[in-house]
Amino acid sequence: MAGACAHGNSPVSQALLEATDVAVFRGDHCLFSQLDLSLGSGQVLQVSGDNGSGKTTLLRGLCLFVPLEEGAVRWRGVTLPAKRDRYYSELTYLGHHEGLKGDLSVVENLRASASLSGSDAATLPAAVERVGLVNQADLPCRSLSAGQRRRVSLARLLISNTPLWILDEPLTSLDLHGKKLVEGLITEHVGNGGLVVYTTHQPLSLSGCDVQMLQMSDW
Amino acid sequence: MASAFLTLLKRDLMLALRRSSDWLNPLIFFIIVVSLFPLGVGPDGDLLREIAPGVLWVAALLATLLGLDGLFKADFDDGTLEQLLLSPHPLSVLVLAKIASHWLCSGLPLLLLSPLLAVFMQLPSSALPALLASLMLGTLSLCLIGAIGAALTVSLRKGGVLLALLVLPLYIPVLIFGSGTVVAAAAGFEIEAQLSILGAIFLLSLSLAPLATAAALRVSAE
Amino acid sequence: MFRWFHRLASLRNFYRLAEILMPWLAVLCAGLLAVGLYRGLFVAPADYEQGESYRIIYVHVPSAWMSMFIYMVIAFCSALFLVWKMKIADIVAEVSAPIGAAFTFLALLTGSLWGKPMWGTWWEWDARLTSELILLFIYFGYMALRSAIDNPSTAARAVAILALVGVVNIPIIHYSVEWWNTLHQPASITKIGKPSIHISMLIPLLLMALGFTLFYVVNMLARARNVILQREAKTSWVRERVSEGRL
Repeated sequence: MAGACAHGNSPVSQALLEATDVAVFRGDHCLFSQLDLSLGSGQVLQVSGDNGSGKTTLLRGLCLFVPLEEGAVRWRGVTLPAKRDRYYSELTYLGHHEGLKGDLSVVENLRASASLSGSDAATLPAAVERVGLVNQADLPCRSLSAGQRRRVSLARLLISNTPLWILDEPLTSLDLHGKKLVEGLITEHVGNGGLVVYTTHQPLSLSGCDVQMLQMSDW
Repeated sequence: MASAFLTLLKRDLMLALRRSSDWLNPLIFFIIVVSLFPLGVGPDGDLLREIAPGVLWVAALLATLLGLDGLFKADFDDGTLEQLLLSPHPLSVLVLAKIASHWLCSGLPLLLLSPLLAVFMQLPSSALPALLASLMLGTLSLCLIGAIGAALTVSLRKGGVLLALLVLPLYIPVLIFGSGTVVAAAAGFEIEAQLSILGAIFLLSLSLAPLATAAALRVSAE
Repeated sequence: MFRWFHRLASLRNFYRLAEILMPWLAVLCAGLLAVGLYRGLFVAPADYEQGESYRIIYVHVPSAWMSMFIYMVIAFCSALFLVWKMKIADIVAEVSAPIGAAFTFLALLTGSLWGKPMWGTWWEWDARLTSELILLFIYFGYMALRSAIDNPSTAARAVAILALVGVVNIPIIHYSVEWWNTLHQPASITKIGKPSIHISMLIPLLLMALGFTLFYVVNMLARARNVILQREAKTSWVRERVSEGRL
């Protein structure tokens, strides 16, 4: 369904993020091997697969959290982890945990993570409004619902303003409006030339996007 | 980079203010442990005076260790550690910010509390400056060295005891020269040599510990 | 040089090399220990101060040397592993740690046994014994950390960092314990191995030290082979060997 719009308005460009011949093990067990992927500006990669197929591990591998046993990941042609800081300045990752401090308010949390990711917080109010948390902006994150916490982490994507997004199950605990929000954010980001890698169990409808599918069981 | 350092420092201090039990409990532990010694060995003033430097230093060391367990734990659990790792700023600088805020919430109050406990232990007041100076340099080193152990054990469910096992042997030089400073001062000797060595240990830990801690955090985040 | 390094680094080649070397080293080790013990216990003269009881140094001193030496091996292998990701270096470090801890324990035990006739007490806070005790703690920490982390490759990198932190600390610990010892103890107490030693006592000591080193190497190789078989259990060469019954 999502793959149907492969020839939308996205420009065909050279690959920015490439992985070749990647293998990842969990203990002795090989999760996947000889995996290749290549993603250019304005492209989306949807990673799907069963529980335990290594989706999260692949994403964490792309973030350089997990060392690759074999293969290489390249960003802008440079094999990582060389120039790791440049790569990180162009990457925003949304993991299973939102990365929020319960004792800090929404705004405080976002300001701290903006500074860590090296971006200024100028777009913070707009981002908070976009994810629909204006009324909760000064509440401690402890008092938010799971879906609202997810939305705070979505606001991070807008504030950090990096080309590459890596999203692990972005729809977790979001309602229907939340899902629309994620779809809107991704479409917009890709329309501006961004790259998105995400895992999901629910298909996203990303009209007009160049979506590649990666089925983990194939590797 | 400086702004990321300050942001993180500010964030951690703000969190400590909002959740005071995290830094208050080790301090109370410090007071209780020191109070146990007169109860254990008897209230004889001469004996207490003699063991005071060692007791105060061992208690300070254990109190520091107690607080270290949580240095990266909360960040690991809620996912903010991943954000630290993904920051384009050098991880060792961010680690240093966390250690600095940890020291401000644990080492500094301990330092301020120590004169009171020195009175408990009948330590002569002439040794007080030495106690404060040695604790100042010493607890800084303890936080820096301990951070390596905290980073190595952050992903383990029962990391607390293991942390003690890893870190306590490395604490021995600081303990020896720390209490040595106070012993010398109480006996009326010069303490310049001991303080210089404590200073050297501090500088060495300051330059190496953040790097080792950063490397350990990257391993633990797997 | 580098190619040779990488060939050796292959677990299969290492296994093969260990297989060839072990019997020779084992025979040499037994010979050295036999000669060393004979010369140390029967040929070397008794000490004019300590009588016969000094002869425990032929076990004590080599054990203490080995405890330090093996830690250095672990630290060196850890650096190799962290920089070049050589799996064999991690395996050597892993299997060396219990051997090193055992030598440290042996050094403590013999030191304590020696302490009874020497100082009249089973335990004396002598600088060297104290340093050995702390080294034992460091070995325990190293092994405990490795066993606490489930994922073997994570554990390998974590303990490698710990080993390197330890190797920076060991000299500092050593000197601070020496300083502490001279501060708190009268200098009249004789320290182990400090007095100059006659050549007829020294030769057996060196023979024993060499024998202990070989004992470590043989033991390490045997353990490393076991670990290699475990880690490579799924590879074709191990299956081949198992099916042919030659391990």
